[in-house]
Amino acid sequence: MNHISPVIWQFLDKWMTNFRLFPPEASKFAPEMDALFFFIVLVSLVGFVIVLLLLVVFSVLYNKKRHPVATQVEGSALLETTWTLIPLGLFMVLFAWGAILYFRIFTPPANAMNIYVVGKQWMWKAEHPGGQHEINALHVPTGRAIQLTLISQDVFHSFSVPAFRIKREAIPGRYTTVWFEATKPGTYHLFCTQYCGSNHSRMDGDVVVQSPEDYRKWLATSTSGMSLAQNGERLFASLSCNACHNARPDARGPSLANVYGSRLTLTTGERIIADDAYLRQSILNPSQHVTQGYAPIMPTYQGRINEEGVIALIEFIKHLDSDYRVQQTTNTTDLLPSEPNQPPAANEPAVKQKTSPGGLKP
Amino acid sequence: MSTSTLLCPPEPIAPSLPEDNYLSRGYGLRSWLLTRDHKRIGILYLISLSVFFLIGGTLAGLIRLELLTPQSDLMSADTYNKVFTMHGVIMIFLFLVPSVPATLGNFFIPMMIGAKDLALPRINLLSWYLYIIGGVLVIYTMVAGGVDTGWTFTTPLSTHYVNTNVLSTCLAIFITGFSSIFTGLNVLVTVHKMRAPGMTWFRLPLFVWSLYAASIQMVLATPVVAIAITLLALERTIGIGIFDPTKGGDPLLFQHLFWFYSHPAVYIMILPGMGVISEVISTFSRKRVFGYKAVAFSSVAIAVFGFFVWAHHMMIMGISNYAVLVFSLLTMLVAVPSAIKIFNWTFTLHKGSITFEAPMLYAFGFIGLFTIGGMSGIFLGSAGTDVHLTETFFIVAHFHFVMVGGMLMAFLAGIHFWWPKMTGRMYPERIAQVAAIVTFIGFNLTFFPQFILGVLGMPRRYASYPPEFQILNVFSTAGATVLGAGYLLTAIYLVWSLKYGAVAGDNPWQATGFEWQCQSPPLTENFTEMPIMDHEAYDYAWLDRKNARAAEMR
Amino acid sequence: MTNSNAIVPGVLAPSSGDHGEHPPHLLHHFQSVEQQADATNFAMWLFLLSEVMFFGGLFTAYLIYRNWYIPAFVAGAHQLNVGLGALNSVLLILSSFSLVMGVWCAENKRKGGLVLCLILTFILGLGFLGIKSIEYAEKIEKHHFPGIHYSLSSFLDPGDDEAARAAGDQPLPLDMARHTELYFSLYFAMTGMHALHMIVGMGILVFMIVRARGGAYTAGHVNFVRNFSLYWNLVDIVWIYLFALLYLVSRH
Repeated sequence: MNHISPVIWQFLDKWMTNFRLFPPEASKFAPEMDALFFFIVLVSLVGFVIVLLLLVVFSVLYNKKRHPVATQVEGSALLETTWTLIPLGLFMVLFAWGAILYFRIFTPPANAMNIYVVGKQWMWKAEHPGGQHEINALHVPTGRAIQLTLISQDVFHSFSVPAFRIKREAIPGRYTTVWFEATKPGTYHLFCTQYCGSNHSRMDGDVVVQSPEDYRKWLATSTSGMSLAQNGERLFASLSCNACHNARPDARGPSLANVYGSRLTLTTGERIIADDAYLRQSILNPSQHVTQGYAPIMPTYQGRINEEGVIALIEFIKHLDSDYRVQQTTNTTDLLPSEPNQPPAANEPAVKQKTSPGGLKP
Repeated sequence: MSTSTLLCPPEPIAPSLPEDNYLSRGYGLRSWLLTRDHKRIGILYLISLSVFFLIGGTLAGLIRLELLTPQSDLMSADTYNKVFTMHGVIMIFLFLVPSVPATLGNFFIPMMIGAKDLALPRINLLSWYLYIIGGVLVIYTMVAGGVDTGWTFTTPLSTHYVNTNVLSTCLAIFITGFSSIFTGLNVLVTVHKMRAPGMTWFRLPLFVWSLYAASIQMVLATPVVAIAITLLALERTIGIGIFDPTKGGDPLLFQHLFWFYSHPAVYIMILPGMGVISEVISTFSRKRVFGYKAVAFSSVAIAVFGFFVWAHHMMIMGISNYAVLVFSLLTMLVAVPSAIKIFNWTFTLHKGSITFEAPMLYAFGFIGLFTIGGMSGIFLGSAGTDVHLTETFFIVAHFHFVMVGGMLMAFLAGIHFWWPKMTGRMYPERIAQVAAIVTFIGFNLTFFPQFILGVLGMPRRYASYPPEFQILNVFSTAGATVLGAGYLLTAIYLVWSLKYGAVAGDNPWQATGFEWQCQSPPLTENFTEMPIMDHEAYDYAWLDRKNARAAEMR
Repeated sequence: MTNSNAIVPGVLAPSSGDHGEHPPHLLHHFQSVEQQADATNFAMWLFLLSEVMFFGGLFTAYLIYRNWYIPAFVAGAHQLNVGLGALNSVLLILSSFSLVMGVWCAENKRKGGLVLCLILTFILGLGFLGIKSIEYAEKIEKHHFPGIHYSLSSFLDPGDDEAARAAGDQPLPLDMARHTELYFSLYFAMTGMHALHMIVGMGILVFMIVRARGGAYTAGHVNFVRNFSLYWNLVDIVWIYLFALLYLVSRH
């Protein structure tokens, strides 16, 4: 929309935001959705005005005083067809446009930076790969595609950022994802929009959009010292995962190096891509997701690990390289995005969502 | 005494009510509580519905009062959660779903088709008792501390995370559901098997078509919510794990089962209202409804298509993108028959002879507000905009526009239209017109700001909110006050008219339709002679000829 | 969708008092016995349709979870006694048959035959419920009733459990063993709902036996028995599906 007339668009945007009739547009997607929104407003307005005009005109012309005797009219196939086909056509256009937009919101680009968000009664916990944790807040840089991987620890919640025009349910038991690219620095509302109990209205927060330098600074000052992957590494050892998942030739479990994003064949013959959901299921419900060639002997960790632990393990597995050596990094700024929107490295597998294109090398 | 505006009746207004009518045949409590007369059962429903509407409306008032200020200061957040849950449960299950079918449907379907009663009068009475039991359980729930899960009972919140009276509410909804199923069953059997000679399907009043369509949904969809609630209750008490991810269950299964009913439920609620509008528009423009068959088929199309769109309530819940595609497409398709109806009603006015009594004012209000409400549904059916607007006040505004601006206005239109037939008396016309306009203005002031709040992102079910949303909320609460005043005024003058209203006579509106060709209030057996349908529906020429013959004989 | 042919235009059936001109069982809002029979029959079919939708929700849940957790469902099904289930199926089919014979007796005005058939149906139904309670008791004893007392030991260690041993079950991994609770939840929910419908049916059977002995259904008015047999037949058909889906999961 803003390529049609940037001046008018800017004016409308400013006016509507300042008069609080419209939320600010702070993501790349927002103007796209707003364009569809205003088109539907236009269609609705036209439809409503037509009906209103007809009502008024007919009421005036065919008032009993003016038109005391009614003329019986059975109907008109032409009119019926017209007002069936025109709304149908319009609705199909709106359907198609909306469907395209929907697919765009929920199909993240390959190089999106992943942030995990765990919702629980009654707070949001965001976990950046570098180990930064936030409660009821989310810091993001502009100009970078960011994917949120959401899950709930208890009941349904819904992560909503009106300024980005995104919203996604956080469900217990499985990951859901949504992505955005922030464009305007500022602080915007974050709401939980799925009723979740007593303090549902207090489960709101702030999304802080910063320029890349400010974001970098924030990352450096907010780190807890350990990245998510390093936490995951610790858990991996403490839960004895490495007893079976190691680089030895007689290992009882498949090697997890470079497994993330690769195509696997399961014992059922099914071929799947090892994404976050698969990894999570393999930890909690392993017997249904066994890689071909291995026995279903992995114990379940349901009840022994919470969602944050699972996230840490998944982050660790994402960064596990073929030499399988233990990652030693004290400087978590290594995990900072060095360049926004870099294309993935040439030898990376099909769907890989690494945070640092450079990878971790010991 | 205020006068009533009557269309020029060919016969003089009766000086008094007919002595023998369904109200005078038996006066004791037993004659009412053990009645099999569909008209008395309709009146029983009307009284009980009004009581529950009052309770639900008071809860709405509390909601709006709390939302005057950004903080949760009028009541605790827990109490607020209980208030909006009870408001939803009462308004949907105890008011909107039974409103037109159980009052006007019960009363008039047998009369409209020329029968003496519904097919199963004892089941009809059972229906009312089930409704009352459900209602009493809901009142018990309120007294026992309420329930705070939201009327949608999302699991696992409702199964494992609240300590309130979920079970009694589930039982109430289960029982009320059976009341609904039996009503629908009765209507279907009656319309199929008990039409008078000559009353073919395409001579039926469109009110009957709409109720027929709604009854199909009542019978087929309600059992699914019954099983959803049963499983919820079992999970909550025994812990069967069917919706519990830690046991392998899936909370989304509850969502599918719940919405499989709850979406057709909204058509169960609106279709009967649309039927009323067909009758009112026709009568007050003295014209056959434009495109009779189109309107009739649209009703059935809405009923059928309405079964296939339930997951548009779940578009951001992690169902597959392709599922969203399918449901979005079907949602757009189900919107088309409603659009057809709106245009047909509007064109009924063309070349008619229009007067603006209260029922007609309500009908006009319906057309305008249902158009807006329906178009707001388009925003939600289109998947891209749904992401931003779902779970916000936009949804609240959408369903209140179609349910209150649409259905409730249609209900009031029907009550006013058929008031003279049910009670034998006219309501005071001028006050009624004023009340209709006041209600219309109050409604718009209450709910239009909520569209804007939704676009701004204000979530629904929030007891406290960011301060920049306050001004719109203040407008909304101001409107609610006006709206409440309008409804109160309506209740007052309707009750007043029972004693002091002008005697109406058989056919004050000069409407076609069998129910208007007999006395007001009707006899218990409706007709003294079996009516024969020898003309098309809405045949005003036939009515003129009949009046001319009657005048000649005098 | 026929209008009944036996109505006389211009005349309504008498509304009160005058009972000499029509059969005593004709309700006053109907024009003729044919219309009454037609309408009540149609009403029963519609009610059965709503019952199908009611069970449909449970069948949907079953289909989804069976698809996801087939090893757990197989192991759970092995815990059921197929012999008893088959016996129950036979009992119910016989009871449907005896009830339909009862309808025939009623239509042919054989009071003694009708009462006998109704009693036979009742006894067969009682047999079904008796066997069901034995099965339930056994399940509860083995801690296979879902809830806090549910035990996974038969699935983690099938050597200890004779039913599992007989079926040759391998031990299930813990996460899949947990899903057996879902199987039993569905088992108890579906058969429990079914049993509830049967109990209601049995109550109505008692009512009918008493009335039949007084000659109520053999004087030309068989609607009640006929419509009830529709209900009972549906309960029977639902059981056949339940038997196939719950008991015979892995037997082919």
